[in-house]
Amino acid sequence: MLKLKIAEYQAIRAHGEETYPHECCGVLLGVADDGANTVNETVRAGNTRTDSAHNRYNISPQELVKIQRQAREKKLDIVGFYHSHPDHPAQWSVTDFAEAHWIGCSYVITAVEKGKAAITNSFLLTGADEDDKKFLDEPIEISKA
Amino acid sequence: MEINIPTPLRQYVGKQASVQVEGATVNDALAALTAAYPDLKKHLFTDEGKLRSFVNLYLNDDDIRYLPEKEATRVSESDSLTIIPSIAGGSYADGELLRAVR
Repeated sequence: MLKLKIAEYQAIRAHGEETYPHECCGVLLGVADDGANTVNETVRAGNTRTDSAHNRYNISPQELVKIQRQAREKKLDIVGFYHSHPDHPAQWSVTDFAEAHWIGCSYVITAVEKGKAAITNSFLLTGADEDDKKFLDEPIEISKA
Repeated sequence: MEINIPTPLRQYVGKQASVQVEGATVNDALAALTAAYPDLKKHLFTDEGKLRSFVNLYLNDDDIRYLPEKEATRVSESDSLTIIPSIAGGSYADGELLRAVR
């Protein structure tokens, strides 16, 4: 279960519309507990894949280090990531799976069709290790406040 | 020195966000970390003992891959080492699209 406030949910979708036709990406900060990733804050990140931004995203590790440091100061953890699929379904791709390494984290994908955010899905990366990992469909619970 | 542990690997270090270790170099610090928490080792290193390609190591704000002495870089008590797995992906591979078009 991924728990999101409506403002964070809207922020993720708005980011995908803003960067269209390129992929957006960002980090979900919050708390992982009782089988749920609860998001307190979303942080926009730059997509370093300027060579192929329409179908690729990459967050620079240096930016991630800074985001993780800021999260710790707020007593929050990285509990997931989001990105958009411009004119492509909100399903994980072969590339998304191969490049997913944060087991226990939520990977949120928003399909952006002709510039408008369509479906947003979340996938939980589970497994014992890199050889055992898999994506599970994860329900999203959206709260008003 | 302090080693910051990313969320997925905290289960192997007693759920701590950071671990204190002693060592004169980055290599020493990593060896101390995996000696204290052996279950962590296979998540950081390949069977050949090389750092996994998707695992990034930052000494303060510097990627150790770009430091002149890499893992042999000397460290001090006030330094912090951060383990940060990469984040990337994308909607489709160009090959996938070509297959779909055909």
